[in-house]
Amino acid sequence: MTAPAPAITIKALTMAYGSFVLQRDLNFAITRGDIFVIMGGNGCGKSTLLRHLLGLKPPASGSIWYGEENFWELPEEDRARVVRKTGILYQTGALWSSMTLAENVALPLLHYTDLPPADIRDLVAFKLSLVGLAGFEEFYPAELSGGMRKRASLARAIALDPEILFFDEPSAGLDPISARILDELILELRESLGATLVVVTHDLASIYTIATNSVFLDGDSKTMLATGNPKTLLQECTNETVLNFLTRGTGKREVRTV
Amino acid sequence: MPQQPTLAIQRPQPGHLVVSLDGSWTLHTSPPPPAEFLAALDDSVRHLAFACGGLDDWDTRLLIFLRTVIAEARSRHIEMELAGLPPGAQRLLTLAETVPEKTTYDKSVRETLVTRIGRATIILFDQIREVAAFTGEIVLEFLTLFSGKSPFRARDFFYFVQACGVESLPIVSLIAVLVGVILSFVGAVQLQMFGAQIYVANLVGLGMVLEMGALMSGVIVAGRIGAAYAAQLGTMQVNEEIDALRTIGISPVGFLVLPRMLALMLMLPLLCIYADIMGILGGSVIGVTMLDLSLVEYLEQTRKSIQLSQCGQGLLKASVFGVLIGYAGCLRGMQCGRSALAVGEATTSAVVTSIVLIVVSDSIITFIINS
Repeated sequence: MTAPAPAITIKALTMAYGSFVLQRDLNFAITRGDIFVIMGGNGCGKSTLLRHLLGLKPPASGSIWYGEENFWELPEEDRARVVRKTGILYQTGALWSSMTLAENVALPLLHYTDLPPADIRDLVAFKLSLVGLAGFEEFYPAELSGGMRKRASLARAIALDPEILFFDEPSAGLDPISARILDELILELRESLGATLVVVTHDLASIYTIATNSVFLDGDSKTMLATGNPKTLLQECTNETVLNFLTRGTGKREVRTV
Repeated sequence: MPQQPTLAIQRPQPGHLVVSLDGSWTLHTSPPPPAEFLAALDDSVRHLAFACGGLDDWDTRLLIFLRTVIAEARSRHIEMELAGLPPGAQRLLTLAETVPEKTTYDKSVRETLVTRIGRATIILFDQIREVAAFTGEIVLEFLTLFSGKSPFRARDFFYFVQACGVESLPIVSLIAVLVGVILSFVGAVQLQMFGAQIYVANLVGLGMVLEMGALMSGVIVAGRIGAAYAAQLGTMQVNEEIDALRTIGISPVGFLVLPRMLALMLMLPLLCIYADIMGILGGSVIGVTMLDLSLVEYLEQTRKSIQLSQCGQGLLKASVFGVLIGYAGCLRGMQCGRSALAVGEATTSAVVTSIVLIVVSDSIITFIINS
């Protein structure tokens, strides 16, 4: 049996703002069906890596491969086609504040499908009920709590049934219970959608709950220090920085999911 | 009443110095300046200890004093014993010293003049490229509007039409009427001397139609709408809403910028016509009440003095202003950084840019038409 094909491969990637290098020599692959966690301390370039993956900012050097396609070498229309197969949950939710939840979820559908309005309404109601927000169609984002906004944003991200879902710090700004509910929702959605999930986070509880594979980016040495399942890394990794991160600086090799 | 902080120096044996700190060393009291004490740390001192038996109360004040003392003692290689200090103070001092130095963000490098000029040039070229790209995107998105593939939403367009049109009417009325009044006052004083009061109507009519109607509605709309556009788009930039549009493949220019710009381009000429009429009415009030002209006479004189081509000149200006205000507001909003401060700067910059563009383009148009 051969290993499943990687959904995303990152080769010799360097990220920089002008002459300020954030990360260099990144090499890793994200396998189809994985929940892949990109972890690291603040300011190490996790969110920038997402911007590269989403086509918002070209990398300084190196390449990103979606399947067999070299993402940044593709013409713009093809890049848009690749990005269309992804969905993203932004750190702040990034719901369009001038539109209701229903309109937020409907916009990608209206833009990419020719479905009649009635079908779109049904689809929107279904996606919102998947994230536990049935009946909130006519609410504006500002009228919701932070956790609800995150979930609504998730409903928008899965509107087009993406193959790859990106999450930018899903648990940031959520209380522990909402964060756990969101984690469970993420796991549930992966099971049912069969999507590949790429999660940027530094929330350890979340990392141990959901991750099947991971990469650790270090801001001081400006490169990746480890890759693998975080639970395995916790037991086997010999790098002090990684171990410090995974144990919140205590050095005790035990999984503590709160 | 807190006890006055005091400091006493004892020399139990040669070369040994014991500092006793008494009273209340807090930010609300004034302890003796460290300079006096530092003078006592001369070359004869080899060992320094602290005694805090009489210390009632302390906060950061004490720590700052101790840090100065410790730094001085260390530079003179004096042996120190911190055991006499309150345990909390010892721990805080240790903590302050163990903060690791972060070397990654070194901003202390001094830049030479050449570096700064170079950096400014690079930034200038980047900005030119950004403005050109934004302009190009507007043109391309405008063309796709006719292909039916644009994400342009008519509902947004009508919303902005209402915001910059109908909702601007009260303030435009007020300003235009007052400008008409001012113009007729200025003219009346001079023209009355020659008994030519009736020509106040010409002055006000031409002044409004050629210049003031377009200029005033332009400035009002720049403040009301240009600023609002920059703030709206800037906040969307901060909330990653614009990134969210890009990642689902919707052009933010087609979706957000075009409805805003088109609404302004449509409404500003209409506001200008309205301002012209209000200004002429304002002038007529002065004409009737102060210059003993009849309303019919005044309006008839106004009608005779203005030609349609002159109205056209005002409308042309208003249309150009509409494009410029929408452009400046949206450009500044889209260029906005990712902080609350940046939104404020974008808003200010949008208004300033709009007003500069309005005045400059007004001069250019007037010069071209009249030469």
